[in-house]
Amino acid sequence: MADWDPSQPILEIEHLSISFFTRLREIPAVMDFSCTVMPGEAMGLVGESGCGKSTVALAVMRELGKTGRIVGGSIKFKGRDLTNMGDEELRHIRGSEIAMIYQEPMASLNPAMKIGAQLAEVPMIHSGMSKADAWALARQIVADVRLPDPDRIINAYPHQLSGGQQQRIVIAMALMAKPALLILDEPTTALDVTVEAGIVDLVKELGEKYGTSMLFISHNLGLVMDVCDRICVMYSGEAVETGNVEQVFDEMRHPYTQALFRSIPLPGADKNARPLISIPGNFPLPHERPPGCNFGPRCDYFQKGRCDATEVPMFPVPDSDRHETRCLRWQEIDWTAPPAKRAVKEKAPIGRVVLKMEDLKKYYAISSGAFGGGTKKVVKANETLSFEAHEGETLAIVGESGCGKSTFAKVLMGLETATSGSIMLFDENVQSTPIQKRNTDTVSQVQMVFQNPFDTLNPSMSVGRQIIRALEIFKFGKSDDERQQRMLELLDLVKLPRAFAERMPRQLSGGQKQRVGIARAFAGGAKVVVADEPVSALDVSVQAAVTDLLMDIQRENRTTLLFISHDLSIVRYLSDRVMVMYLGHVVEMGTTDQVFSPPYHPYTEALLSAVPIADTKVIRKRIVLEGDIPSAMNPPPGCPFQTRCRWKSQVPGGLCEREVPPVQVLEGGHQIKCHLSRKVLEEMEPVIKVAAE
Amino acid sequence: MDTLAYSAIFGRILIQFLPVWVALAATFALSISFKRRLGLYGKLFDSPVGMIGFGIVMFWVFTALFADQIITFDPYSQFSGMKNKPLGTPLAGEIEGAYSHFLLGGDHLARDVFSRMVMGARSVLSIAPAATLFAFMVGITLGVPAGYFGGRLDTTLSFVSNLVLAFPVILLFYLLVTPEIRLTGIPVVMAAVLFLFPIIFLTVLFNARFFTDPKKRNLYVGVVLVVGLWAYSGLAFNMDPLGVWSMDPNLLNVFVSVVFVNSPTVFRIVRGIVMDLKARDYVAAGQTRGEGPWYIMLWEILPNARGPLIVDFCLRIGYTTILLGTLGFFGLGVAPDSPDWGSTIDDGRKTLTLFPHSALAPALALMSLVLGLNLLADGLREESLKD
Amino acid sequence: MLIFVARRVGLMILTAFVLTFVVFYLTNLPPNLEKLARSEGSVRMSDESVAAWIEQNGHGGSVLGRYGQWLGIVPGWSNVDEKGVARGRCFEAGSDPAIAPRFCGILQGDWGFSTFAKTEVLPYLGGMLASTGWLMLWVMIVMIPTSLVIGVVAGMREGTRTDRVLSTFSIATTATPEYVSGVILVALLASPVTGLSPLLAEWGWIDGKTLFQGASSPDNITFWSFTLPVLTIALYGIGYIARMTRASMTEVMTAQYIRTARLKGVSFRQVVMRHALRNALIAPFTVIMLQFPWLLNGVVIVETLFNYKGFGWTLVQAAGNNDINLLLGCSVVAVFVVLVTQLISDIGYVFLNPRIRLS
Repeated sequence: MADWDPSQPILEIEHLSISFFTRLREIPAVMDFSCTVMPGEAMGLVGESGCGKSTVALAVMRELGKTGRIVGGSIKFKGRDLTNMGDEELRHIRGSEIAMIYQEPMASLNPAMKIGAQLAEVPMIHSGMSKADAWALARQIVADVRLPDPDRIINAYPHQLSGGQQQRIVIAMALMAKPALLILDEPTTALDVTVEAGIVDLVKELGEKYGTSMLFISHNLGLVMDVCDRICVMYSGEAVETGNVEQVFDEMRHPYTQALFRSIPLPGADKNARPLISIPGNFPLPHERPPGCNFGPRCDYFQKGRCDATEVPMFPVPDSDRHETRCLRWQEIDWTAPPAKRAVKEKAPIGRVVLKMEDLKKYYAISSGAFGGGTKKVVKANETLSFEAHEGETLAIVGESGCGKSTFAKVLMGLETATSGSIMLFDENVQSTPIQKRNTDTVSQVQMVFQNPFDTLNPSMSVGRQIIRALEIFKFGKSDDERQQRMLELLDLVKLPRAFAERMPRQLSGGQKQRVGIARAFAGGAKVVVADEPVSALDVSVQAAVTDLLMDIQRENRTTLLFISHDLSIVRYLSDRVMVMYLGHVVEMGTTDQVFSPPYHPYTEALLSAVPIADTKVIRKRIVLEGDIPSAMNPPPGCPFQTRCRWKSQVPGGLCEREVPPVQVLEGGHQIKCHLSRKVLEEMEPVIKVAAE
Repeated sequence: MDTLAYSAIFGRILIQFLPVWVALAATFALSISFKRRLGLYGKLFDSPVGMIGFGIVMFWVFTALFADQIITFDPYSQFSGMKNKPLGTPLAGEIEGAYSHFLLGGDHLARDVFSRMVMGARSVLSIAPAATLFAFMVGITLGVPAGYFGGRLDTTLSFVSNLVLAFPVILLFYLLVTPEIRLTGIPVVMAAVLFLFPIIFLTVLFNARFFTDPKKRNLYVGVVLVVGLWAYSGLAFNMDPLGVWSMDPNLLNVFVSVVFVNSPTVFRIVRGIVMDLKARDYVAAGQTRGEGPWYIMLWEILPNARGPLIVDFCLRIGYTTILLGTLGFFGLGVAPDSPDWGSTIDDGRKTLTLFPHSALAPALALMSLVLGLNLLADGLREESLKD
Repeated sequence: MLIFVARRVGLMILTAFVLTFVVFYLTNLPPNLEKLARSEGSVRMSDESVAAWIEQNGHGGSVLGRYGQWLGIVPGWSNVDEKGVARGRCFEAGSDPAIAPRFCGILQGDWGFSTFAKTEVLPYLGGMLASTGWLMLWVMIVMIPTSLVIGVVAGMREGTRTDRVLSTFSIATTATPEYVSGVILVALLASPVTGLSPLLAEWGWIDGKTLFQGASSPDNITFWSFTLPVLTIALYGIGYIARMTRASMTEVMTAQYIRTARLKGVSFRQVVMRHALRNALIAPFTVIMLQFPWLLNGVVIVETLFNYKGFGWTLVQAAGNNDINLLLGCSVVAVFVVLVTQLISDIGYVFLNPRIRLS
């Protein structure tokens, strides 16, 4: 490595093209991709799923599997071309010079090897370190990634650690050989937001400490802004815009980047006054890309005969720091003009109470121990839940994993019965009525939209058939023809072509499947719809469209929408009221404005601070929670949040550790379940500030 | 007349199998030209392994179908002077209108090995797939609710299935397939229980789907019950008033034993798949719209388990063929002169070191059929994973 | 862990009771007893005397009671026949019932008298088991390493030519039951008229008429007499275990942590040896253990085919000669072997898998 000059780029990718080869055809995954990463720089690669960002990362590692091949261009690492490097040479670079961190921490650790052995292996291979020294180094790095009790951890197996701890171990493993380049492939996607914030801080800090360059792959623009100096936006296998993070965020010069920003819910967006603008159309399949500009068919500025005539090269933007865009018309477009077709909508009036829960409790008895037999334990999935939901209202239920929001949905739907408390649905108590005993009317009025679009439809039944089945069960219509007609109308309602009735679910994209799921939920004229993270698995540009659809149908039918989510940005955008849950407790409830501004519950405060926001004008206070979410099987005594709360010292007498706090009702019906005094609460500062323009 | 040379024997056998070649060619030509429209079956023709397997299996299926045209002699008759004669031996005295040679020689009772091997295919293929199908009906009808409901039902059924699985198969056969046991009527009782499952399965299947439309439901369930119970009375109790359905007591004994041995494994597989699939959102969607458990089990979950089940079905027919061979090999539950492969191997093994041909022919036949089924299953698995 | 073992053992004992009862019931069906009466007494016995014989020899009464006697938890029967001779389960006809023990079932070590072998069941069966033990030992020595190596080598580089050759071999052997492979091997290697032997004899490479022997006996364990039976049993198992190992290995090789290891710069050899093998061998271990019921099958077939006087041969003879005590004895042994291997497989699985062991 002696001939490499540290002022030169550490990674230089030029005109890289990658294809996958199947039996039928060659599928180009990445085309003409160029980017450079300077020493100490963090480069963010963003784009929707299928845009090729992970393929680029794997190409740098030369790990494209049996079917993938680099068909053109070069990848220079410290001046040496990786694309034609021999296996043995490559092996010396992997792990010691370039390290990688992946999405699923559990899957990337060997289940049958101790953590220490997996860590120590790296220096033992690359610098021939002795076993004892390597273990000592492993212990030190484990301490570096701020894991408690490193001696215990290096002797543990991966499954004994929580998800957040596992991801820290993966990071530690990548740092064992002090690599010059770190590739992070969606490192926090599988983690909860508050845990994610800790990991992101760690990555940033370690990057600075060791001077490591980073290639950070994410679909989350906010996260990229937090971590990276530079950004490269990818669309359908191509880099469409690259530059400094601030420049690209504030002065984007590519229509796709612009459309992307307009489709994500930033502070200030509002479902009625300033609705999101979704990107029309669908992501092109790799073998069905249009001629010319790939984004052409979905672009507002598309010019026939010009944009689809030739392949578009990257144009440098003058007077900027290596800012480039792949748009022919970038100089003609007025980038400051407001979007033309923002349709302002009427706010729907909120009606009478349709759903009322009082002191709902749901406990599970489970047997502990892997071999059965052990003592029975009680999991308190929901503790004294009380709230009302009105006609036409959107009530968001926010919380991270294990907070009990899914249990709550199951109880409401009647899939489980509550342990105690009452659920009043249209003045009928359904608390202890399982779904089999509910009458058809009740069942059809409470429906659900599910999270995972790939799971929500039965893969072996046609789309139309599945909707018709719902109609049959809800006793809609007198004849098959009538139901067929209604099914087609429902497809119209969710803006899908009628021809889709004959299709099988695998022929549909994620967003389209989710639309069918919505049509099915509204088949019986549902009055209360529980949407369990309906858009979290979708790409951002599709999210906006599906959310809008849901809002439109709600407005028309005056439906009560219970929107379960962990994503505070979207909650702020569409909900009227918000309920924050933590370990089975409702810790805060109020209107959206009340919850998103002080006083906060300490957990809400941390949650707000943890959510990355892709807006350079927003200033967030950093509050990083210690540790992980406790297990619902073994909750802490007293206040559920006391183990991670930064305000705990403000409550005298260790009250937090002894007693579950009471619900304090502040002005405007804003409820907070906390021991903090009114005075302390009132002095809280806002977490998010939008800088004056 | 002279003994035939090996090339002549080979040529003649090829000619004897002519109807099979024609049928095979037609099947392949049709299937390949329409393979894009035939779903998983069509995709089979993309995989060389699957195609070879399918070819071998269909070869034996067509052989069983056209056995009467293929055989050169009556497989049961003995011909003087042909005892243990080697391949291609000419017949001592010519018979009018019959073929002149024993293509694959004669066995220890002077019967034609070739014709017995061909007829053996018919006897094996008329039992193995049917027995496997019944085992699947039993395994599915019990495995789906066990996996879906879990709890005590699952514990009990799993315990029982493990009991059966803990028996070494041969021991079970020696206990279950005997002339004495036929006297006690236990096989009939077992048949009465096991044969009920297909009827229960189909009735529940149609009822769960069509209960919203009583007219259609009554039609489907009615047809199932009438045809099912009619066949049931004949097969299990030999009391079919019309005499269409019946089963030889020997055969019934073998049949129920094979079903009995196979169903616990099917039960385990089905239960495992159902436990995996029941956590899917479309199952929850069915529950939230108030579907009954049987609809969810049979119409939402089961169709999505079809891939692994079809693969296992092919493997299991092979396994059943091996089991039937084992039974024949030990002379259990088959007529003494039956041409099925297991018993012909058993007949031949006594003179194996001196006259191997009479055992070798059925042995190779059985091996090729099972190999074909295994390859077919492998091809299907490979192709179904490709989606 | 202790609780787990205790539960497994408890379940195993329950299973053992149920299974032995089923076997007892099926071997003691009235037609079997009648057949026994006719073979022990005379073939031309009238139906009444058959019934009397059954009654007098302690085969009357409820099945449960007799099962209890056989187990040794119910006092053995005794009566006085028409000639005035005292007869009973626990003593020789004519000796004094007073000095005989009250219980004499398998729990007391009294497994009954074999009508076929004309001796006590337990020692006889012990000798036979020892013979089979030798056979099984060699089967294991051949089968396990071969199958694991084939499976691992095929699975570590999925889709290569080596993989395809080895996989085809595995599929072919699983399609060949013992009675087929035995026949083929004998015809090929141990027949004086076909296969290799006549050629080799002609060239003077072998002394006898055949290369290997087509029959074998426990008294004479040599390479030439044991190769074919061992190979016949092992072949089927090799294919099956190799396929399981291959499946497990290919799954492990595509796991993310293997990619992690590769991207750490671990060499392919080390990836396989250090990272993949242990995870990949967990599943085959269970399979090997659960293969025992099937190996028992193989033993029965091979011992019959090669006329090897061992456990499997005894089972066939006992069943063929309606020797109820011997058949019961065989069944107890078989059930015991199967259940113990299942137990070992369960415990071994937990032990091998840290994910379960430490939770």
